[in-house]
Amino acid sequence: MSAEAVAATKTDGWEPKIVAFCCNWCSYGGADSAGMGRFQQPASARIIRVMCSGRIDPLHVFNAFLEGADAVLVTGCHIGDCHYVNGNDKTKIKYKYLENVAHELGIEKERLQLNWISASEGEKFANFIRDVTEQIKKLGPSPLKPEGVA
Amino acid sequence: MNDTKATEKGTVKESEEKRVGVFVCECGVNIGGVVNTWAVADYIGTLPGVKVTSVNKFTCSDSGQADIQQKIKEYNLNRVVVAACSPKTHEPTFRACIEQMGLNQYFLEFVNIRDHCSWIHMWEKEKATEKAKDLVRMGVERSKLLEPLQASEVPVTDKALVIGAGVAGMQSALDLADMGFQVYLVEKEPSIGGRMARFDKVFPTNDCSICILGPKMVEVARNKNIKIMSYSEVKAVDGYVGNFNVKVEHKPRYLDVAKCTGCAKCSEVCPVEVPYDFNEGFGTRKAIYVPFPQAVPLRAVLDKENCISCKACAKACQSGAINYDMQPSYTDLNVGVIIGAVGFKTYDPEPRHDFGYGLYDNVITAMEFERLLNAAGPTGGHVVRPSDCKEPIRVGFVNCVGSRDKATNIYCSGVCCMVTIKNAQLLKEKRPETDQTIMYIDIRTPFRGYEESYNRSRNLGVKFLRGRPVEVKEDPVTKNIKVRIEDTLAGEMRNLEFDLMVLATGIVPNEGINQIQQLLKLSKAADGLLMEAHPKLKPVDTTIDGVFLAGVASGPKDIPYAVSQGSACAGRATILLKNKKAITEGITAIVNPDVCVGCQVCIPMCPFQAIKMDEQAGKANVMKALCKGCGTCVAACPTGALEQSHFKNNQLLAQVRNVFKFQEVAA
Ligand SMILES: Cc1cc2nc3c(=O)[nH]c(=O)nc-3n(C[C@H](O)[C@H](O)[C@H](O)COP(=O)(O)OP(=O)(O)OC[C@H]3O[C@@H](n4cnc5c(N)ncnc54)[C@H](O)[C@@H]3O)c2cc1C
Ligand code: SF4
Ligand code: SF4
Ligand code: FES
Repeated sequence: MSAEAVAATKTDGWEPKIVAFCCNWCSYGGADSAGMGRFQQPASARIIRVMCSGRIDPLHVFNAFLEGADAVLVTGCHIGDCHYVNGNDKTKIKYKYLENVAHELGIEKERLQLNWISASEGEKFANFIRDVTEQIKKLGPSPLKPEGVA
Repeated sequence: MNDTKATEKGTVKESEEKRVGVFVCECGVNIGGVVNTWAVADYIGTLPGVKVTSVNKFTCSDSGQADIQQKIKEYNLNRVVVAACSPKTHEPTFRACIEQMGLNQYFLEFVNIRDHCSWIHMWEKEKATEKAKDLVRMGVERSKLLEPLQASEVPVTDKALVIGAGVAGMQSALDLADMGFQVYLVEKEPSIGGRMARFDKVFPTNDCSICILGPKMVEVARNKNIKIMSYSEVKAVDGYVGNFNVKVEHKPRYLDVAKCTGCAKCSEVCPVEVPYDFNEGFGTRKAIYVPFPQAVPLRAVLDKENCISCKACAKACQSGAINYDMQPSYTDLNVGVIIGAVGFKTYDPEPRHDFGYGLYDNVITAMEFERLLNAAGPTGGHVVRPSDCKEPIRVGFVNCVGSRDKATNIYCSGVCCMVTIKNAQLLKEKRPETDQTIMYIDIRTPFRGYEESYNRSRNLGVKFLRGRPVEVKEDPVTKNIKVRIEDTLAGEMRNLEFDLMVLATGIVPNEGINQIQQLLKLSKAADGLLMEAHPKLKPVDTTIDGVFLAGVASGPKDIPYAVSQGSACAGRATILLKNKKAITEGITAIVNPDVCVGCQVCIPMCPFQAIKMDEQAGKANVMKALCKGCGTCVAACPTGALEQSHFKNNQLLAQVRNVFKFQEVAA
């Protein structure tokens, strides 16, 4: 995308598109709680549910970027609270690897974020989406975004 | 319905045409008021494979479900997408709905356009509608790749574990035992009974607390089907619904309970005196003591921390029960269900010195006041003030301490208004010359008999002052408490003086809550207490199958409510215990032996040791009975040999690819 196009999207009320992977037991529930509490947030995130954050595969994360995601969020239960004992410990390890690859690909660090959110933390979930959206609005569209994808 | 018969056997044809029906729910105005559901349906109807779309006011209602069923028939649908609320609450409903029509229940795809869309973008209708289109498109493409699965059945051990023997846990244990099931009742204190054993009288009827609780405690002890494990704690839990393996630690009492008769001769000779915890620190007990006169089991316990090893008690004990070298012991249990009823603690005003607590002797908590009122308490039922042990005349009560306050806890503790009303009444009845003032934000008396009790205290002359003290000071000479407060009804500042001031401290989570949350993998609600599976429809279930919650552990409650939940848990648990089987998700990991290279990367990934090497074939093998379907091994497998059913790579990628635009995804 040209520099002008990037600049235009920044001022045009452009809404980034964020892919958020959530585990069934905690962060997906957190997103539900955000709804139940009516915690308003930008309409930027699209949630994909997995059973455990441990299931989130680099394949899914990088495909999301290649398809045009402006940011990808990896979320799960707080450490110690994973429904499957310690799936999220493994997510943490995997996340280091994801960060390195993202860096190699020239993806800014704001575009890939990890967060632990419990099923009751609706407000935290909403704030997270709001914060990431703000950060990405400042950065503009992802450098990996294919032509023709909004 | 030839298709579905074939699918049930798992022989679904790859080439089989995907015929998707999409049902968009308005949820009254919850979704329909924000998302243009018709626009969503119109757009989705243009996607290949979508044979029909439908918009319903309430898709989960009878007519909504009938619509799904009728369209399955009419359009010969083999995939159903419901765009509505949360799968966490409504997926089972729609799975059952399509299963009735002969479709495999895993052919349902559930898209959340309420909690994740209309409710959080209430003032951005257009953006919400666009987002809903994206979400449903993702769901439609995923649905085409869904494969049939069979939920599996697991046997249920017909024994139950109840953690916490307060009034709620005791009720669960009694009900289950009366239905004929073996119950293990684990209580961390030396006696069962919980908080209620400490109260003098209980609202709204003001009947004697221990007189109604005591017989229940005895009933629990006598019941042949209940094994009380007092002074014990659960240390480890593994397994799953129907088959939990539990390790219970029995803390050493330093005496043989089989020999101890509870005569308390040992306490008589013990020279050590420590503040009496049961009396909220008022008065003292010995280092070896019987917890309280109605304790069950009525046995002594030696508090090693304060014991000076003088051995006086061993000499005094006529049955030779004392054993100073006792070690913790352990019991392994196998149970089918677990009920958590670990109760709560009260907010501690000490660190913040709320209303002078901890600074001024004559500011005490309601729990401390309960003990002073109690005829079996440290003062024999005489309410005295700590500074000089004189009986107070002017008594102030402050409500909502540690509740409904942004600085501490924002929620309402539910019982404190009634606790204060009760306590003011009881003192007034004992000593009519006393003068009580209740300082409150709102008075909340919602249940049967509560408003009447409130009126009664007004008639008795208890004063109600709407406002919160803004300044609390102690008179250095008299030790009286001086309060400056705005009377918000009269709109004027007032200066009051009390001989004693009582804080109605709220309900907060105790250690037991943290402990069972971690052991059982439960969730906490925003108030820090444990979370139920559904706030309305599954108030005693949890998201963990076979685990139930009763009493204040899952939110503020009074005694009748806690008891009802105790019974409710027993009822819910009985469904499993009596059927002797539970249905569990069919989602597991599966190895494709043709692709697996035997690298063993997956093996340490599994928290449940569900993957073993098939040494002969040199391939990994997932043991379905142990696999809980988290998918962690799948994400780790470098060759793609592992897949997670219902969350296969192609299914997840179908969602990823369709976040942005429609993309055909190859099966
Ligand atoms: C000051 C005050 C006065 C009140 N007065 C009234 C009243 O008059 N009328 C009324 O209806 N309600 C009253 N209530 C509310 C009442 O106390 C509760 O409704 C009731 O005690 C709830 O019972 P429960 O079994 O849920 O919890 P609890 O009574 O707290 O019992 C929980 C039990 O679990 C045990 N436990 C905790 N952790 C563990 C662990 N890790 N392992 C094993 N066991 C554990 C505890 O030792 C305890 O025995 C009052 C509350 C307060 C604070
Ligand atoms: S990680 Fe994959 S390839 Fe390696 S043993 Fe496990 S299933 Fe086989
Ligand atoms: S899906 Fe989870 S539970 Fe099942 S084998 Fe893999 S790691 Fe173990
Ligand atoms: S279940 Fe949430 S991180 Fe494992």
